[in-house]
Amino acid sequence: MKSNVIKRHIKDSLKSLRRNGWMSVAAVSAVTVTLLLVGIFMALLLNINHISTQVENDVRVRVYIDKNTTKAQQASLKKELKALPSVDKITYRSSNQELDSIVGTYGSQWKMFSGDQNPLNNVFLVDTTSPKATVNVAKKAAKLKYVAEASYGGNTAKKLFQTVDAIQRGGLAFTILLLFVAVFLISNTIRITILSRKDEIRVMRLVGATNAYIRWPFLLEGAWTGLLGALLPILAVDIAYGLVYRSANLSTAANGFALYASMPFLLWLDLAIALIGVIIGALGAVVSMRRFLRI
Amino acid sequence: MIQIKNVMKQYDNGVIAIKDLSLSVNPGEFVYVIGSSGAGKSTFIKMLYHELTPTSGTISVGKYDFATMANKDIPLFRRELGIVFQDFKLLPRLTVFENVAYAMEVIEKDEAEIKPRVLHVLKLVGLEQKLRRFPNELSGGEQQRVAIARAIVNAPDVVIADEPTGNLDPDTSEDIMDILERVNADGTTVIMATHNRELVNSRPHRLLEIAGGRLVRDEEGGAYGNEV
Repeated sequence: MKSNVIKRHIKDSLKSLRRNGWMSVAAVSAVTVTLLLVGIFMALLLNINHISTQVENDVRVRVYIDKNTTKAQQASLKKELKALPSVDKITYRSSNQELDSIVGTYGSQWKMFSGDQNPLNNVFLVDTTSPKATVNVAKKAAKLKYVAEASYGGNTAKKLFQTVDAIQRGGLAFTILLLFVAVFLISNTIRITILSRKDEIRVMRLVGATNAYIRWPFLLEGAWTGLLGALLPILAVDIAYGLVYRSANLSTAANGFALYASMPFLLWLDLAIALIGVIIGALGAVVSMRRFLRI
Repeated sequence: MIQIKNVMKQYDNGVIAIKDLSLSVNPGEFVYVIGSSGAGKSTFIKMLYHELTPTSGTISVGKYDFATMANKDIPLFRRELGIVFQDFKLLPRLTVFENVAYAMEVIEKDEAEIKPRVLHVLKLVGLEQKLRRFPNELSGGEQQRVAIARAIVNAPDVVIADEPTGNLDPDTSEDIMDILERVNADGTTVIMATHNRELVNSRPHRLLEIAGGRLVRDEEGGAYGNEV
């Protein structure tokens, strides 16, 4: 296609958008509402996913070391643990450090167990390469020498894994459903605007326009409609996310979990909203006009 | 210019609109097509610009033979024609200038070529003062003049006019006829379907009469009043 023809198509599509007046406003509004829903739910689902992954990653194996184990024996135990499959990182915490964190969480009355009174064991915290490997690592670690006990949270962790799985799967299904709704709503709105112009398409054909030539301005107009319809949702989601992030992170950060940081998360989300608008808008236009192009 | 041989057209509902019609039109002719409503006049005209295809028989217009013409060539074929309708069929969202320019834009002419040519034909039909008006701001006669300007802007070999004066008062109809005759005088073949008795009688040209789907009269300088 010649460059002046491309320029003409772009100019024509913008002109038509303007001259269609209320019809364009109606189409853009419908896209706006749909994309607002898509944007909100995408932000929500992505963060639920994000946090559930963090929760899952928080699960690790605690290997309690027999009391009266020498430093050398502890070192060899660490080596053996490291050799187990799916083991990522091993952190040593002495019984005193363990007690300190109990005091920190539950209060200073627990200080009475400090010094020789400390009933706690020294501990290896074992991080696994994947959350689900904790079960196996714990089982294998329990059989090693100098290990008093190896725990991974037992049924609680299993239940957590199941819940996280369900949330992630449900979220994916919901996202797909939402996209379908968006495709349906946006392409239908654009379809109505095109239906009202079928005579126009007929005239274009009769003066000798090729189908491709007729299609381009409609395709571009659909894309503009999608893009314009994405502006308000992008703005709204950005502002709302900023507010939610600030207040929510105060409470979640204390638990060690965090929402996605605004940047670059919002950048990607904005891009996704705009792309969904543009692609569905353009495709909706092309599909709707297909039947008017049969000769 | 136009060759039609043994053409029959049957619609999906079984109605036969055109029966065994054969004729030829030479370059530069002015031809009226008359006939009462339902006689098959519109079907005949629509077949000429390939809006409808014949059920049997052959039609060729210029170098295009409908029997062998590929679908992708239909737009190219239509560029060789200028078509004028009773209801004008202008693009409502385009101005007078843009409506006429559109016919040049679709064949990808350059802007530099489009502007002077559009201004020229609009002057020819007497609308050079109304370039920026939209179709709904014009009278019926003015709209039809825009439609004719659009039809002739690419200097087609054939202009097909389907009842171009059907919606217009007698004076305006005369104006439209003046323009069409001027186009014809420049060498363009004009095929015009009409009901307008006065025009046909006062401006004699070759006359084709269709009745019951058949060509019942083909007479040079024929007039109303002696229908078969």
